[in-house]
Amino acid sequence: MNKIPSAFSLGIRRGGLEIRQFARQRESVVFTLLFPVILLAIFGSVFKDTIAPNVTFSQYFLAGMIASGLVNTGFQALAITIPLERDFGALKRLRGTPMPASSYFIGKAILIFVSMVFQILLLLGFGILFFGVEMPTDISKWVTFSWLVLLGSACSTALGIAFSIVPKSGRGASAVVSPIVIILQFFSGVFFVFTQLPSWMQQVAAIFPLKWLTQGMRSVFLPDSFASQEVAKSWETSKTAAILVIWLIIGVFFSVRKFKWDRD
Amino acid sequence: MSLIEVKGLKKSYGNVHAVRGVDLTIAQGEIFSLLGPNGAGKTTTVEILEGFRTRDSGSVSVLGFDPQSRGHESREWRNRIGIVLQNSADAGDLTVLETIAHFSGYYSNPRNVDEVINAVGLVEKENALIRNLSGGQRRRLDVALGIIGNPELLFLDEPTTGFDPEARRSFWELIRDLRGNGTTIVLTTHYLDEAEALADRVAVINNGVIFEVSTPADLGGRATSAATISWRDGEIIRSEKSDTPTELVAQLSTHFGGEVPELIVSRPSLEDIYLDMIGGTHE
Repeated sequence: MNKIPSAFSLGIRRGGLEIRQFARQRESVVFTLLFPVILLAIFGSVFKDTIAPNVTFSQYFLAGMIASGLVNTGFQALAITIPLERDFGALKRLRGTPMPASSYFIGKAILIFVSMVFQILLLLGFGILFFGVEMPTDISKWVTFSWLVLLGSACSTALGIAFSIVPKSGRGASAVVSPIVIILQFFSGVFFVFTQLPSWMQQVAAIFPLKWLTQGMRSVFLPDSFASQEVAKSWETSKTAAILVIWLIIGVFFSVRKFKWDRD
Repeated sequence: MSLIEVKGLKKSYGNVHAVRGVDLTIAQGEIFSLLGPNGAGKTTTVEILEGFRTRDSGSVSVLGFDPQSRGHESREWRNRIGIVLQNSADAGDLTVLETIAHFSGYYSNPRNVDEVINAVGLVEKENALIRNLSGGQRRRLDVALGIIGNPELLFLDEPTTGFDPEARRSFWELIRDLRGNGTTIVLTTHYLDEAEALADRVAVINNGVIFEVSTPADLGGRATSAATISWRDGEIIRSEKSDTPTELVAQLSTHFGGEVPELIVSRPSLEDIYLDMIGGTHE
């Protein structure tokens, strides 16, 4: 008798399968990957102002788009597609096999991470080519960037899986999830300069991860001199890491404890 | 040896008592069919056996394991069973071969992928995307995914819905082959001819209780119930019920001097018996 494959190795296999499935849905690939680029093109063309010495709005917006890309590709996509999989009965079928829940979650995390990498490459390439955004040369900035992407993507995946229990059906999921994401984007300084928002909006945004991700991305792509323009007069790097970790733990907790495999 | 032992199983949803004290024993290597109208408690009972639902009271043992326990032993247990659900589908962006090969990776001793594709008759469709399969072909894929893990125990819920008659026959052959290899099968079906063709024993469930468990031939005293003899007498078809049909046929034979015109001797079908039991109407 052979042993049952480990949860981790099945998770890797699920990741491969998820990517293959995703890559075959051409419309959603194009939409997911290109939509942020289109937004960047529109906003970057409309707002050409400099918001501080050596900082254009395009730069500011690029940082915000990368951060909100983490929320769109992870949280939003999962909170909408998992209820659909549940409606089809695909999740119930998986539940009937020896594949453990953790493998399913690992597979989703791999899918989100890989599509995030593609999206970031597109955004950066577009920013460099058309808006003259300069890439940081300091290695420590890239270190910050790497853990922000990893932690942000993990956090977004976990919260997306956890939130998938909220929509009653796959059809209604988008109506429940999308407004939350759009409001968060407005509150978190993606479309507007954060410090120009009313302070109650800033305070609400500070509870959720997106505000911290956008600020973290600004710390990577804007000059250090801009830190003084932030609400706290600094990049608050360790606070950002702490808040993302807390949300990751919350997401994993609810995913593991409350995940629904079946409609009823 | 019994593979499934159920004693005093009860399950309610609010005020609805779906299962009200079910006892069942299913032996290793048999095809056991659960019959009952919609809402009879059939699905609830099977889903408790499959580990999808928890029970309110009673004891359940499936392959020596309590299906509602969780943890690593439940993975070991799922490794030994196969489930073909009534409604399950995938988004359809994978091919038949990719899907079956992927699922085979979940088990410790899966069956050969090509062999399974062959057994369910999907060889010509193995490189087709699931979204392009017909309803019957999708159902055969469901069956393939249920048996790929080489299960000791297989649950089949309405497996042949959407099959054409030829596909149903070959599916029945497949199920008999599985039993031949020692697989125990729990079949829920609406098709009584299917239960009759496949099942070693059937149980009729209604209003959350089991009415009777027996072989399809003996259900409801079918084997010993009165036969109906009909024949043509001049312009009219006559018909008579009798506990001694052979005697009546002999008399008729004497009367007609040999062949009895349009002679039919029949006993109630499994469907007649079943409908009687659940209080349905005869046509």
